Amino acid sequence: MVLTVLGAAVLVVAAVIVAELLRVGGPSLAQTGLWSFVKNSVWDVTRDVYGALPFIYGTLVTSGVALLLALPVSVGLALFLTEMAPPRVRSIVSFPISLLAGIPSVVYGLWGLFVLVPLLRRPVEPLLARTHLPIFTGAPIGLGYLAAGIVLAIMILPTITSIAIEVLRTVPGSLREAALALGATRWEAIRTAVLPYARTGIIGATMLGLGRALGETMAVTMVIGNSPTIRASLFAPGYTLPAVIANEFAEASGAQQTGALAALGLLLFAVTVLLNIAARLLVRAVRRGPARVAA
Amino acid sequence: MNETKIEVQKLNAWFKTTHALKDVSLTVPKNTVLAIIGPSGCGKSTFVRCLNRMHELVPGARQSGKVLVDGQDLHARRVDPVDLRRRVGMVFQRPNPFPTMSIFDNVVAGLRLNGIRGNYDEQVEKSLRQAALWDEVKDRLQHSALSLSGGQQQRLCIARSLAIEPEVLLMDEPASALDPIATAKIEELIHDLRATLTIVIVTHNMQQAARVSDATAFFYLGELVEHGPTEEIFTNPREPRTEDYVTGKFG
Amino acid sequence: MKSLGLRRGVNWAMTALCALALLVALVPLASLLWLVISRGLAGLSWDFFTSTPAPVGESGGGVANAIAGTLYIVGIACLIGVPLGVGAGVYLAERGDGPLGGAIRFTAEVLSGVPSIIIGIVAYALVVLPMRRFSALAGGVALAVLMVPTLARSTEELVRLVPRSLREASLALGVSEWRTSLSVVLRTALGGILTAILLAVARAAGETAPLLFTALNNQYWNLRADQPTASLTVQIYNYAVSPYQDWHDKAWSAALVLLLLVGTLSLAARLLARNRFR
Ligand SMILES: Nc1ncnc2c1ncn2[C@@H]1O[C@H](COP(=O)(O)OP(=O)(O)OP(=O)(O)O)[C@@H](O)[C@H]1O
Ligand SMILES: [Mg+2]
Repeated sequence: MVLTVLGAAVLVVAAVIVAELLRVGGPSLAQTGLWSFVKNSVWDVTRDVYGALPFIYGTLVTSGVALLLALPVSVGLALFLTEMAPPRVRSIVSFPISLLAGIPSVVYGLWGLFVLVPLLRRPVEPLLARTHLPIFTGAPIGLGYLAAGIVLAIMILPTITSIAIEVLRTVPGSLREAALALGATRWEAIRTAVLPYARTGIIGATMLGLGRALGETMAVTMVIGNSPTIRASLFAPGYTLPAVIANEFAEASGAQQTGALAALGLLLFAVTVLLNIAARLLVRAVRRGPARVAA
Repeated sequence: MNETKIEVQKLNAWFKTTHALKDVSLTVPKNTVLAIIGPSGCGKSTFVRCLNRMHELVPGARQSGKVLVDGQDLHARRVDPVDLRRRVGMVFQRPNPFPTMSIFDNVVAGLRLNGIRGNYDEQVEKSLRQAALWDEVKDRLQHSALSLSGGQQQRLCIARSLAIEPEVLLMDEPASALDPIATAKIEELIHDLRATLTIVIVTHNMQQAARVSDATAFFYLGELVEHGPTEEIFTNPREPRTEDYVTGKFG
Repeated sequence: MKSLGLRRGVNWAMTALCALALLVALVPLASLLWLVISRGLAGLSWDFFTSTPAPVGESGGGVANAIAGTLYIVGIACLIGVPLGVGAGVYLAERGDGPLGGAIRFTAEVLSGVPSIIIGIVAYALVVLPMRRFSALAGGVALAVLMVPTLARSTEELVRLVPRSLREASLALGVSEWRTSLSVVLRTALGGILTAILLAVARAAGETAPLLFTALNNQYWNLRADQPTASLTVQIYNYAVSPYQDWHDKAWSAALVLLLLVGTLSLAARLLARNRFR
């Protein structure tokens, strides 16, 4: 009985989170209306105009950049550790990778601010600017979407990698052998037998990584430049949902601003919860054994 | 008999410290069927896996001695295991079709891997007919391989191996998961395939060994106890251990 | 027919690319650790560990109050979060096979993916609003809420390692189920639970976002639960985003202290787990 009550504490915590978020963020959202809040691109505290679009945009762009960078590296790393490297390398390397996951995000932010941003300012961004792509234009100030995306990529790398490794371990050895016995090279066996089988699980891992990127606060706040604008260039400073909450919540000038910030939190909460539910269901289905991923 | 296809000289194999094969030497003439028999754990699978260099893929596995196919040492520098495995196909104990692929794609998987072009439709039909599966699946080639029964899956795996037209086919207890009808079909298939390939088949079933093979090798605790024409092994073995085994006194 | 040489080349190239991924992953880690150590070490002194921050322009000063504050807030979080998290974990391990257990487990998994800044807003609404001030208590509540789901999951995993036979032996002796769970299982699983707690504490000590508008910050010593309180992480943040070179140096030193704290806790957890479950 006592145990059941304690167990249910998790459900109570979940209920409290939802209730409190709705209480502080709900009225403001209801007043403006979800759609006009989301599509409004102006955030001006002095005029009490609160639009969510710059933050949604910044969150999506930085997370997108992070996924683009982290996914190939994570999957490559997971493949290297499960399919290619000798077992000794595997056990040596797994420790630093787990270290990467344990470093507090404010320390990543510190590193991003004083190492990555100067590096981007010169030479990386001027070099990228030579491609003349519209996403690589403007002043190379270092602080901006690109910096945030790179830091995020580093931070979600261990998340995706560790789940991808777990997923790859569920691939039956007999499939690998089937491909090899047909005269496949190791890579061809991975491509024809291993990756198709692991695909669903890797998608789940990616979604969990994305969930982490969307909600990551400190490191992004420190390198994104904190400007509530929408720009096409990755060099430009921007803002994200968690970053604006981190910066403005404590010093919010009134109930209006607090409400708007909490509404942003509510949006972020809804998106990450949905993403996590979907991802967990996927990863779970894969873990449950030879998942009928065929369909 | 005709020319030698496979020649094994003083083959030893280990898993870390387990000595799984001890000084095995034998030859397999071209276009014949060799049956490997012996109690569980005696090294039958290890032996066939040495013939297409699958053994070396197991972490901690080692081997010594020589295996020659067409007179060429498998471990010679010029031999690429990838190319070798295309020529020496393998069917495993448990059916292992690619679960994410259709029946059709499973059959052509080896062709695609090896970059062999041609009329895939024709090749699929030919291989599936050879594996006695065509009539059962011809109307649902695009269905998932997992929609087949265990026995059908095993025949699909055989078709997959045959599609790349190997010279040697290694079969590790291919019928252990099959019902008598499917087993009979596979035995018939082995009989027909002899015309074009050389076959090494591992089996626990004495009658099956007697029915399909030209020669039989009896393994015990990693040693090759006796090897000779199948009829002799079953009717007039030289070794008492062989006699005990084939008459069912142990194992 | 595709040339075998080409295929071997592709195989080699892909293997090299995957190995390169390892390098790419390790470079930022190495760079980060190296900088935290090299730049942080310079600023470490007795003073740094024993005094409160100095105003801008003045030399000296330290993060003593921030270290104490982090321990204080995490302590409050443990008081609230550990019983709930561990209790839920034991429940999941012992009775969690039914639909309720499944729901709790799934909720815990999903909650562990909720951004910590969101939890900050929740603690703000729960504690700061009614009390009308930022406080150590609010920070503690935020970290406690963060702790519960992860603690529940890791406790469950570690308690499940306790052999079934032990529990059955106790049940067979006629001990009631609830006491079985608590005394027999908890005693044997204590090492595991301690591991889970240490890991949760390490994670909580590294959190910044949920403290920004709950515990806020404080330039002075504070050990009152209803007052704003400094923490190492918030202090690092404030130093880092300040315009002063002197404070940047302090940020690196404080980051070194934080990494040492978090690292020691995780290492202790690892060692404990290894000794228990070898
Ligand atoms: N991957 C492995 N690692 C370690 N030892 C192994 C491995 N595979 C096989 N062995 C050992 O090598 C010996 C020979 O095994 P093998 O699989 O060749 O036997 P088998 O004759 O095929 O048996 P069965 O009829 O049960 O399939 C056994 O003692 C087995 O325990
Ligand atoms: Mg075997």
